[in-house]
Amino acid sequence: MSGLTRRGFLAGSTAAAAVTIGAPFVHAQKRGGTMRFIAHADLKVLDPIWTTAYITRNHSYLIYDTLYGTDEKDQIRPQMIDKHGVSSDGKRWTFTLRDGLKWHDGKPVTAEDCTESIKRWAKRDPFGKLLAAHTAKIAPQDRKTFVLELSERFGPVLEALGKPSSNVPFIMPAHVAATPDSDQIKEFIGSGPFRFVKDEWQPGNQVVYVRNPDYVPRKEKPSGSTGGKVAHLDKVIWRYIPDATTASAALEKNEVDWWENPPVDFVPRVEQNPQLTTFVYDPRGQQGWLRPNHLHPPFNNKKARQALVHMVDQQKYLQAAVGVPKYFQTCPAVFLCGGPYESKAGAEGLARQDLARARQLVKESGYDGKPVVVLHVTDIQALSAVALVTRELLQQAGFTVDLQAVDWSTNLARRAKKDPPAQGGWNVIHTWWTGADVANPAVHAGVSGAGATAWFGWPEHGEIEKLRLDWVRATDRAKQKQIADQIQRLVLDEVLYVPWGQWTLPYALTRKVQGMLRFPAPLFWNVTIT
Amino acid sequence: MLQEVARRLMATIPVMGVVAIAVFALLHVTPGDPATIIAGDYATAEEVARIRARLGLDRPFLTQVAIWLGQVVRGDLGTSIFSGLPVTTLIGQRAEATTVLALYALLISVGVGVPLGVLAAWRRGSWVDRLVMIFAVSGFSMPVFWLGFLLVYVFSLGLGWLPVQGYVPLRESVLACLRHLTLPAVALSCIYLALIARMTRASMLGVLGEDYIRTAFAKGLPPRRVLIRHAFRNAALPVVTIIGIGFALLIGGAVVTESVFAIPGLGRLTVDAIVRRDYPVIQGVVLVVSGVYVLINLIIDLLYVVIDPRIRY
Repeated sequence: MSGLTRRGFLAGSTAAAAVTIGAPFVHAQKRGGTMRFIAHADLKVLDPIWTTAYITRNHSYLIYDTLYGTDEKDQIRPQMIDKHGVSSDGKRWTFTLRDGLKWHDGKPVTAEDCTESIKRWAKRDPFGKLLAAHTAKIAPQDRKTFVLELSERFGPVLEALGKPSSNVPFIMPAHVAATPDSDQIKEFIGSGPFRFVKDEWQPGNQVVYVRNPDYVPRKEKPSGSTGGKVAHLDKVIWRYIPDATTASAALEKNEVDWWENPPVDFVPRVEQNPQLTTFVYDPRGQQGWLRPNHLHPPFNNKKARQALVHMVDQQKYLQAAVGVPKYFQTCPAVFLCGGPYESKAGAEGLARQDLARARQLVKESGYDGKPVVVLHVTDIQALSAVALVTRELLQQAGFTVDLQAVDWSTNLARRAKKDPPAQGGWNVIHTWWTGADVANPAVHAGVSGAGATAWFGWPEHGEIEKLRLDWVRATDRAKQKQIADQIQRLVLDEVLYVPWGQWTLPYALTRKVQGMLRFPAPLFWNVTIT
Repeated sequence: MLQEVARRLMATIPVMGVVAIAVFALLHVTPGDPATIIAGDYATAEEVARIRARLGLDRPFLTQVAIWLGQVVRGDLGTSIFSGLPVTTLIGQRAEATTVLALYALLISVGVGVPLGVLAAWRRGSWVDRLVMIFAVSGFSMPVFWLGFLLVYVFSLGLGWLPVQGYVPLRESVLACLRHLTLPAVALSCIYLALIARMTRASMLGVLGEDYIRTAFAKGLPPRRVLIRHAFRNAALPVVTIIGIGFALLIGGAVVTESVFAIPGLGRLTVDAIVRRDYPVIQGVVLVVSGVYVLINLIIDLLYVVIDPRIRY
């Protein structure tokens, strides 16, 4: 036998390990092919800053790149950025772009493109607005370097720039980013791994992308929206098939390869088919909300709002909205279970339904028996189901309920009305959010106590607003966690909203599709099709 | 005759004008606001108001109607609030699929419905008549979406003969286009086919009892000739009328059929626009469809002259 000694083996192993760790990620997957993808919605708007629509965000991940990304473990990592430096007082940040970044028209990406893109994003996005409020100056230093000077310390600078969900600070050419934020952009030139084929875009039917041959991926292994964005596919075709039965049949018949949002009752059929598979893309999933209107009786009264917390049985809501226990979990945490700010602070009321306590609180609130207007969104199954659960529970808690049927578009208009419920306003609405959009106090719209400018329902609470500012100014993780706990305690005590559970849903795919990445949006790099 | 055609064509203008204003009014009293959809979750009331102003939705109703009608007169149907594409472009992208689907369904309906109706009338009271009538009643009672899914289940998933969904433009491949539209056309034509079969049967029964038919038989003419040359020609007038009226059914059914089979046609365009309150698109599509409907009725009226020489305009 060869003389393999223990010392030799150790030396060899160490060297091999060093090579593996230090080596660039080797992209050995198959190249080529067309991916036929059923998107969750019709792509109508192409400007990811103008709209918060997830479908536009997903589209933008194909064609634009970001300065930073979020990996599978919620860590922020550089994407277009090569390196950054921070001054000792934490107020001056210098960012340098990596080499090889080009727009789809062949021109190089410059620092000015980045600063203009950040400025436009910061006018629309709440996290961006917070960053802008703490910014003294953002300007290019040379072609590849730009500087961000803060007027006050701002802890989550990189979290803001690497924000994974709407509005994502996608980088656009400076002349495109100069479009007023109230207008849609009219040119769609990105620097991402795929190019948008505008001539083949048919709203309501299909969107077509082709690989960007000039894209230079990072060397690291891909994870979430970070690492090497290697586009193996020649072409990606998004189809819009709104009917779930048709989408399911098309997948079974191999007419499409990847179905983004199969309703949960279709998932067992997919799982039973040996040609198909599922993939849970975002383990944290979604969070459901019951939102009371703080402007009008009875929920302008804290006790009436607290009755909502005691009446809610998350299990009942989740069973109605999702139905398959393996895809949902009860979770009282405002900033998600499984996230860095998961907490049970102040969540005792949500842990166990207590209708007797709810009835007592309703009585103590002085509720006058006027009907509580619950908007019942009838064209979205999950929202329709939870509105019915709420009606039943509100009645059991002692409220009179007026369930008003609306379609989603009407709901969007109604929920923005501040009028009293009897004059076209409302008392209770339901919605849900992607986990990434409720993961911390800066992005979570439901924890804003900014009154007239808070999310619909308009709660006003100065202390919560102060804590949110404290959170963005904190630079220490432990301190941020402590503040997030304080915010959660106040949010649940004041009942800014009631979380009714957390759930996740899988993609449905043919087994030909490999290389999916875990992320709140579908990502097409690293994906192969055989 | 030409004078009549010109007069009828002129008459379509006020009809379409009334349709346009009625649709505009209906849309603006429907709850929902595209500005709130565009503005998204984080927008302030001021931002929503700014979007409404930019879209011109804050102007008085009559001003909005006047602006829109002014555009229409210039041949401009406006642009989609969401995609920013001209409505004429969107209609152009979708018109082929709906037209081919409607014509294919019309062909099936007339091609099958008329012979079935004639056969049922000819064999009145027999098992053939009963079978045709059972088929007609069933066809009339079946919801289009249900029949569509049933056809997909049998012919696409079960037998694998035809595709589940989608559309291939005629210019790419006529055969592929027809393959993709066969199931939708069958589903769409079912109600229409039943209606034509019943109407043909009733009309034929009336004619078959006439003296001149008895005379034709007494002269020894073969039954096929009596049926086609003598009976059907005289029974065709109400059938042609029902084809014209039924065109509205086809357009209405296309909305559902295009959704079930994911066909990018005008029906889907309309539904998507209604869901989002994309007013210019809804108004544009309804205007175009109403224009086509008026024209179809004009063609049907002109066909009367061809079928029945006694009719003069």
